[in-house]
Amino acid sequence: MKFSLSRFFSDYGMAGVLVLLCLYYSWATYTTLEPRGEAAAPDLAAQIARSMPKGGNVLIIARADDEDARFAAAVETRLKEAGIHVVGKVLGDPRAARQALQKYDSERVPIGRIATTPECAAWTIFDGLSEKYPNLGSPALAIPRSYRWPTFLKKENLLNVANQIVVVAILAIGMTLVIIAGGIDLSVGSLIALSAVVMTSLIRDRGGIDATTGTLILACSAGVGACAFIGLFSGLVVTVFRVPPFIGTLAVMQVASGLAFIIARGGSIYEAPDSLAWLGRGVGWFGIPHAVVLMVALYIAAHVLMSRTALGRYIYAVGGNVEATRLSGVRVGAVVVFVYVLSGALAGLGGVVLASQLKSGSPTYGLAYELYVIAAVVVGGASLSGGEGRIFGTLIGALIIAVIQNGMNLTGVESYTQKIVLGFVILGAVLLDMLKRRNWRDLFASMRPAPK
Amino acid sequence: MKQAADDLRLPMTPLLEMRGIEKSFPGVRAITRGELDLRGGEVHGLLGENGAGKSTFIKVLAGAHRADAGTIRVHGEILRVTTPHDSARAGIAVIYQEFNLVPALSARENIFLGRESTRAGFIAQREEHDAARALFRQLDCDINPETPCRALTVAQQQLVEIAKALAQKARILVMDEPTAALSSREVDKLLAIVRVLRGKGLGIIYVTHRLDEVFAVCDRATVMRDGEHIATEPVALLTRERLIELMVGRKLEAEFPRSVPKIGPERLVVSGLSRGKTVQDVTFSMRRGEVLGLTGLVGAGRTEVARLLFGADRADSGRIALDGRELRIRSPRDAIRAGICLLTEDRKHQGLVLGLPVRENFSLPNLPRFSRAGFVGERSERGAFAGFVESLRIKISHQEQITRNLSGGNQQKVVLAKWLQTNSEIVLIDEPTRGIDVGAKFEIYQLINQLTAGGKSVLMISSELPEALGMCDRILVMREGRIAGEITDVANATQQQILRLATQ
Repeated sequence: MKFSLSRFFSDYGMAGVLVLLCLYYSWATYTTLEPRGEAAAPDLAAQIARSMPKGGNVLIIARADDEDARFAAAVETRLKEAGIHVVGKVLGDPRAARQALQKYDSERVPIGRIATTPECAAWTIFDGLSEKYPNLGSPALAIPRSYRWPTFLKKENLLNVANQIVVVAILAIGMTLVIIAGGIDLSVGSLIALSAVVMTSLIRDRGGIDATTGTLILACSAGVGACAFIGLFSGLVVTVFRVPPFIGTLAVMQVASGLAFIIARGGSIYEAPDSLAWLGRGVGWFGIPHAVVLMVALYIAAHVLMSRTALGRYIYAVGGNVEATRLSGVRVGAVVVFVYVLSGALAGLGGVVLASQLKSGSPTYGLAYELYVIAAVVVGGASLSGGEGRIFGTLIGALIIAVIQNGMNLTGVESYTQKIVLGFVILGAVLLDMLKRRNWRDLFASMRPAPK
Repeated sequence: MKQAADDLRLPMTPLLEMRGIEKSFPGVRAITRGELDLRGGEVHGLLGENGAGKSTFIKVLAGAHRADAGTIRVHGEILRVTTPHDSARAGIAVIYQEFNLVPALSARENIFLGRESTRAGFIAQREEHDAARALFRQLDCDINPETPCRALTVAQQQLVEIAKALAQKARILVMDEPTAALSSREVDKLLAIVRVLRGKGLGIIYVTHRLDEVFAVCDRATVMRDGEHIATEPVALLTRERLIELMVGRKLEAEFPRSVPKIGPERLVVSGLSRGKTVQDVTFSMRRGEVLGLTGLVGAGRTEVARLLFGADRADSGRIALDGRELRIRSPRDAIRAGICLLTEDRKHQGLVLGLPVRENFSLPNLPRFSRAGFVGERSERGAFAGFVESLRIKISHQEQITRNLSGGNQQKVVLAKWLQTNSEIVLIDEPTRGIDVGAKFEIYQLINQLTAGGKSVLMISSELPEALGMCDRILVMREGRIAGEITDVANATQQQILRLATQ
């Protein structure tokens, strides 16, 4: 037990860094929050239900915008569930509110509470309610309570982090496998664009905004398939012609980018039905975005592949020592081709998710994504010399990058500074990784100049 | 008496004194008590089985590891060694098995690397060149100082390392298995150089597995076992048997325990096997229960024949048949499926994936057997490996241990376990005991006996003629890619007979 725990820390030591980062940004963004929209309803309704008898009357007053409308609707539902009678719902300006109050006053309807938002509560019409409208029975204003909570830890923000990183994280799975097998795949950024334009151009040509679900599925498969095919090409270039992966995939990166521009004729493609956004923007159970569910499922599958299957073992072995692996009867060429095909296919899937998030396709998507992806893998602890690395390490690496970016946005760090910080984060991760293998003394000893 | 005889020949104050050295790594106590004293003008053999702690001991002296306890004195003064530079400053030079040379730089540049003589900021090439020349003359060799090291032979590279040590004015020279990669003629030359250096008053620590060399060049020998100092004695008072006994900790009945074989019918028939100039028209057969030796000089094509049989390289022509069935072997995978396995001589680069856990190395060729629908059945895998760990007495702390951290002998046992598990009918072994200590050698010979007793056929490639003569039932001698001759009456054969066939 002790053993497996220590192995966990050496494999996922970066998890600690991620936790520290989250704690730091939670502390740095700890502030007073005014709940809005439907999020404000549960607490307010409970507050009202506690302070007045069942069957009591409540009037809801809010402004006419979308957010307040959702607030009003949610409060009404909640109150009804709690057995409180909602006499009316006013959505509008102070004049509308005054008219409503006058109406209930003249009808002699007693009102126990007026549920409203902090903004409306400041309206002057609520000053001296009991004098102006004596028949209402001096109702009290009930507004959502403010509370102190880190902006970083708000549900919306966390979902935002997840949405930002989902494409990079999906690509990073493939990249992790390629890097463990001793290679590198620089083409993944371009493959995002290729997949997105292949998919959206197919949708445009087969129905545009009226395209059916079947067409969408077909188009997604075509995008992923095209990228898997390019991955196959990269794999063959690396194995059959023995081109170094860095150069081979650099060339493929150019080719794929060019293809994307040709297919899209240089522009963006917007003719797509709303249902295209299901994957990128849709949410499922507990409000978790579909894309995040997909990402987590892929990580679990990849983890099983790498830790439980013969193929996973071969991938580690090929990266550790190709010759010894070949002489053990493993078809190393097939293993290497597999990781490039998988990397291509996952890049294609990343392109599908991005096109779905943006509901369009463009050949400029995914620019420089390969660098973020490689950074995520390296921060996650995989060794660029191959043979080492963990799938969930990469997920942690991707999350670290996303949290740092998001945290810097929240704390108002400007984007140029963000780049510098991110650069040092990657350097720091590599240094930490080296320390894990050696120790401080050796690290500095190797830097010391030789004596004369 | 012994001590007195000793003192007559050698000066009194030790050049180097190491006392009570201890060193542990996480989970392993590598050295529990390391002791050594070295005098000027002495060649001091350091012997012990693999895993006895010799390498760690040397690395402590070199500053590559920091000792947990113990003292090091040079000329009677305590030396604190925490980095390789501390050690170099004290006049200690270490020549490891893997040389520390930059392949692209010339011999001269390597000799003066980090200590270039400069004039006005520019390297004084002429002076360096002459100095390098003079050093090589001392070593009785004519290497052009401007040749890039990658163009030099292994023996020449070793001389560059020695020259580098001399240029650093080293007083203490440590040589870690200096003859492991040398041909027999080169070995003789190296031993002569070692004697010259001794004559200059250097103290030399000579680490080796080859007992012949101990008797040929060493004045005293220190034996280590299980991380502990066992004995230090003048070589003149030692016998071969006594040395082996000290190293192994028990008496070995015979160095080569070949049992009387039961040889059956022909199994593997190879005819006309050729590949370029390295292997030409090689024809032979292997019989059931037989150890067939394949020997010859380095570069005669022995390893290449084994690689062709195993599909590691493709043959230009030739046929291979097993039990009368023609085999088409185009990759190691084909060979393994047909029941042929190859234990390569180069464990580090061809035999093992050093960064993987030992268990995963063991399983690498056997995963299809341990897997169902692509998923590895870890329980059967662990069980199988645990069996071999016990029967081969592999010393590991747990199955997840990283292979790199095992001693050479244990690594070789992992290689053996991995191939034994494949249950191959034809076992090709290339230099089965290279870099392995006496005790482990004996175990490996016994294992070869077990294989043949079980009806397998073994092809054993060996450069060590006593080993070939001691273990093989029949010996093929190769020369320049061809089979130069066959020795069938091994019991009455001599090393000279083999050498004649190999050189002619």
